[in-house]
Amino acid sequence: MKREKTRFSALGPAALKKSVLMLNPVTLWRNPVMFLVWVGSVLTTLFTLDFLVRHSGEAVFTGLISFWLWATILFANFAEALAELQGKAQAESLRATRSDTMAKLVVGDEVRLIRSTELKKWDQFLLSPGDTVPTDGEILDGAASIDESAMTGESAPVIREAGGDRSGVTGGTRVLAGELRVAVSANPGETFLDRMIALVEGAKRKKSPNEIALSILLIGLSLIFLVVVATLPAFSSYFKTPVSPTVLIALLVCLIPTTIAGLLPAIGIAGIKRAFDANVIAKSGKAVEVAGDIDLLLLDKTGTITFGNRQAVQLLPAAGVSREELARAARLASFGDQTPEGKSVLALAETLLDDHSPVSGVTPVPFTPQTRMSGADSSEGSFRKGSDDAIESFVGHPLPEDVRKTVTGIAQSGGTPLVVVCDKRVLGVIHLKDVIKPGLAERFKRLRAMGVETVMVTGDNPLTAGAIAREAGIDDFFAQAKPEDKMALIKKEQDKGRLVAMSGDGTNDAPSLAQADVALAMNSGTQAAKEAGNMVDLDSDPTKIIAVVEIGKQLLITRGALTTFSVANDVAKYFAILPAIFIVNFPALGVLNVMKLATPETAVASAIIFNALIIPALIPLALKGVAYRPIGASALLRRNLLIYGVGGILAPFVGIKLIDMGLVAIFTRMG
Amino acid sequence: MTVLDWMQLILISLLIGGGAPVVGHYLAWVFTGPRIAPERWIHRLIGVDPDKPMDWREYAGALLFSNALFFAAGYSLLWAQGRLPVNPRHIAAMSPEVTFNTAASFVTNTNWQAYVGEAQLSNFSQMVPITFLMFVGANTGMAALVAILRGFARSGTAHVGNYWDDFFRFFVRAFLPACFAMALLLVWQGVPQTLSTTVVAHSLEGGSQTLILGPVASLEAVKNLGTNGGGFYNANGAHPYENPTPLTNTLELLGMLTFTASLPFLFGRLTGRSRQGWALFATIMILYALGLGAVEISEKGPNPLLAPAGIAQTTSPLQDGGNTEGKETRLGITQTSFFSNTTMAATTGAVDAAMDSMNPLALMVYFSHMWLNEEPGGKGVGFAGLLKEAILAIFIAGLMVGRTPEFLGKKLEAREIKLAALSLIVTPFTVLLLTSVGVTASFGTSSMDNPGPHGFEEVLYAYSSGNANNGSAMAGLNASTPFYADSIGIEMLLSRYLPLLPLLAMAGALARKRIHPVTAGTLPTDTPLFVALLVGFMLLVGLLTFFPGLMLGPILEQLSLMKGLSF
Repeated sequence: MKREKTRFSALGPAALKKSVLMLNPVTLWRNPVMFLVWVGSVLTTLFTLDFLVRHSGEAVFTGLISFWLWATILFANFAEALAELQGKAQAESLRATRSDTMAKLVVGDEVRLIRSTELKKWDQFLLSPGDTVPTDGEILDGAASIDESAMTGESAPVIREAGGDRSGVTGGTRVLAGELRVAVSANPGETFLDRMIALVEGAKRKKSPNEIALSILLIGLSLIFLVVVATLPAFSSYFKTPVSPTVLIALLVCLIPTTIAGLLPAIGIAGIKRAFDANVIAKSGKAVEVAGDIDLLLLDKTGTITFGNRQAVQLLPAAGVSREELARAARLASFGDQTPEGKSVLALAETLLDDHSPVSGVTPVPFTPQTRMSGADSSEGSFRKGSDDAIESFVGHPLPEDVRKTVTGIAQSGGTPLVVVCDKRVLGVIHLKDVIKPGLAERFKRLRAMGVETVMVTGDNPLTAGAIAREAGIDDFFAQAKPEDKMALIKKEQDKGRLVAMSGDGTNDAPSLAQADVALAMNSGTQAAKEAGNMVDLDSDPTKIIAVVEIGKQLLITRGALTTFSVANDVAKYFAILPAIFIVNFPALGVLNVMKLATPETAVASAIIFNALIIPALIPLALKGVAYRPIGASALLRRNLLIYGVGGILAPFVGIKLIDMGLVAIFTRMG
Repeated sequence: MTVLDWMQLILISLLIGGGAPVVGHYLAWVFTGPRIAPERWIHRLIGVDPDKPMDWREYAGALLFSNALFFAAGYSLLWAQGRLPVNPRHIAAMSPEVTFNTAASFVTNTNWQAYVGEAQLSNFSQMVPITFLMFVGANTGMAALVAILRGFARSGTAHVGNYWDDFFRFFVRAFLPACFAMALLLVWQGVPQTLSTTVVAHSLEGGSQTLILGPVASLEAVKNLGTNGGGFYNANGAHPYENPTPLTNTLELLGMLTFTASLPFLFGRLTGRSRQGWALFATIMILYALGLGAVEISEKGPNPLLAPAGIAQTTSPLQDGGNTEGKETRLGITQTSFFSNTTMAATTGAVDAAMDSMNPLALMVYFSHMWLNEEPGGKGVGFAGLLKEAILAIFIAGLMVGRTPEFLGKKLEAREIKLAALSLIVTPFTVLLLTSVGVTASFGTSSMDNPGPHGFEEVLYAYSSGNANNGSAMAGLNASTPFYADSIGIEMLLSRYLPLLPLLAMAGALARKRIHPVTAGTLPTDTPLFVALLVGFMLLVGLLTFFPGLMLGPILEQLSLMKGLSF
């Protein structure tokens, strides 16, 4: 779907306003590290006011520090506000399509027109061609062709019908043909879309498990730095070198991991939003996170790996029969056949013959469970196609040796052979086969590189299943599977400690979806499936789960990279501030001023300005996410450690030095 | 460095590298093999059921209960010293604060000594309360570690083993026999083992000297093998009766590493991941070797302040060069560097030279070893600390491979991180807060003999030593005052149990967790890259925590020395 990319210029002012409102300490308390900065900001502001009242020259330095401390919080708030507004803007753009529609509510025997926003769960409404679906629901009666392009961007209409696995309708889509009676699946404010909006809203947002663990670590580190800074006045008094509270606060703020603490909420929200960019609605932040951990991906064969139906791919004539003769016979035998397989035989034969003219003078003989054949009768004879044993009983003698060999060959390769006869004469074999969706093999290879194993689940016999698995590049397959087997398979793998992902749409899938660690439900699927899954794909594309795994990994990498960067930054800030404090009494410590910062004041100010500016500098990375490459865990770690670890140690040395030079230039100009 | 220095270096390194896997595998048998008769006798004697599986709370409960008993027993015996037998010199009991400090010090495997052994303890006290606490303190750390290792090895259970079973297995099959053998070797080299208390020696000048004797060899053996460090004599390993020859010096430093350096291999066996064991051994040895190199360079170098006095500080056929002040000439610089780096790395705290006289760079290494306390660190607890560091390093860096972090197949979640962080913050809190009191309050500064950075270092060192359960001292600080004796005593107890309990709780949480299989997406933790990451993480976090202390202590002292400044 082509949603408008929300422009920064549109959200910037709103985000700025929101970030000022978020200076409220009650809100900030949710983020203890930033709360510490808030305390520091308030204290330095009070010091500045005090110096101003007393006309002390220290007001300039203290004021400067105070200003940049407030800026640090504002920048962090801005990151969160921007991420939140971006996510909401996207959700709102979707919701806008459904808010102003009218619904034909069924009340007893009559139908009443009400606003879609007044619909409650379990209410029933009617849909006719041309109607916009007022809200998410499940079809109770009828079948219809529906245009879902507003939701999915897919222009081809889809069929939705009662009773099957494709009984869900989505608010905002349009009925093209057919009549439906639909039950509302969620109260207003509780639809998946509403839930997603809640996920990105700062105040209501629940932290994901990994985010909680990381927050605890950040608090632990902050406690350590708090005691480091709190004991420094005692040390400095022993060395008879007084240190101002402003400098102590600046040191504390530089050391506590403000960068990652400031960006952490934005990273989480952006992860959910990235899933949404892929048209996947995550029901929790945890779902996106766990997606990165998946070890095993269960994929249904039909509809996920292969197109739904078998297709004719080859015509293999019997000895003494020409290919044209077989093609003609196959065409006649399939002429009245409306099954997808039959249509594909017709299409293949017509391509081979280059003859698309209508056939006349034949009587179609449809497939029956008794004959297990279909075909047509014409003046030239009775053309039939069917399985080898059905044909054998039709012709009354075993198949010729060469045809038998062809049949066995096709069966062994995982295909389905259909033997074609005209009266008693065996003409050849049609090779029907599952056609694998293009591009899957590369995606499975990518998954393997990520450490995700793929398993195909199918009702087919092991021979067919194995052949398709090999062709699609799937690691393993589970053949002759019944719906309940999938559940058992998931449990078995989970007992081995593996995390399992799957996608599904049917009511049969619901228990497995609930059991799987990551479960992507198709939006076209039943309500039960959508409730059981922890993500819903608006495009109803089962292979989307692969993209979801990458989004999860990207989220975790971004979190780790920025944490590493944040902690590594501390080294340079120490080298800026600590010598500055003691250098007056101990000139020998000048050696530690490796950046050759101009004065103790500019050194402290440069460090705190760098600490503030690094947050907005990293906002784009936090929102976009660190790129994920499936190059193996070791290579990935080495790469990211170099960039964010070693880079994190070096970058602030350069940054602080540049800011110091800038400050010196400004102060010299000002005199 | 001379050829002889290199030969010692290579030989001792080979002994460490070759011996550690052997001992580690032996320990694996100790903890997993069938119980042997003497263990059953002891269990029956004290009436415990060694087969009862314990969850972490029961395990920690038994550990704390036993340690409280050990502490009470040790304290009472020391308190009653004057009324107890084997005290022909009629030595009276020590002051209450020093008695408390000593009992706390020895039960926590610290062996900080606020007393002078040969003057203030009877032979009974040296043999019974002191040696007893040395055994049980070290044994406790070992048992705790095995429980923690089970947390990593097991899944789907709340049980982490049986404290009494672990305690006596190690004692009977490893600790006691090793100490016995070591004591015999020391006696062979001339270390006294006797119940007589004095001998009179006649010197060449015709004067006479009364030398204190006692059961030194037995105490010396457990002192080093148990990474205890409390000496029979105040001069500790520098005293010729404790450490008469370069061979005993080598034996003693190897003794400190015998069990501690072998723990990665015990870990490898118990978790079935021997490559991981090697990776952790490499981590330990890299930090150990970095320290050794720095100490050797530091002490082979001269003290710049002595140069104007015309003192020869270079190596010549007649003397070992470098900073020889406070070192024993019978051992030389390299043996001293080896011993002191080992005693600090394994947080034993035994010394064979005056730490106060070391050059600042060497002191920086000693501080680092105490703050990290994990290369290999004290018996059992050091290695447990290393696992905690690994968990924290993996938690941050592991995210960068795109999975929620896991170590040895166990997912690291909020609970593990909370417990690891709790364990981590004990060191900065105790060391920094107590030092800040020590260097400012009058009852703290009154004990200081040196001004400037050196005086600061002495206080910082005392609290770092107490925190690390190391026990060595820089001297130059009168630590037997009520303030220091009580504050260090309390610090030793807090620093022993506060970091250990969260790690036991973590073991309890980990034992329940599933072990996730390894995939191409799993962060490998047994590669050189991981070792580099872990070493880098430990140094970074240590540096960030203690940079002010490092800068105002050894760095300022070194920079001042180079400028010829003194305080």
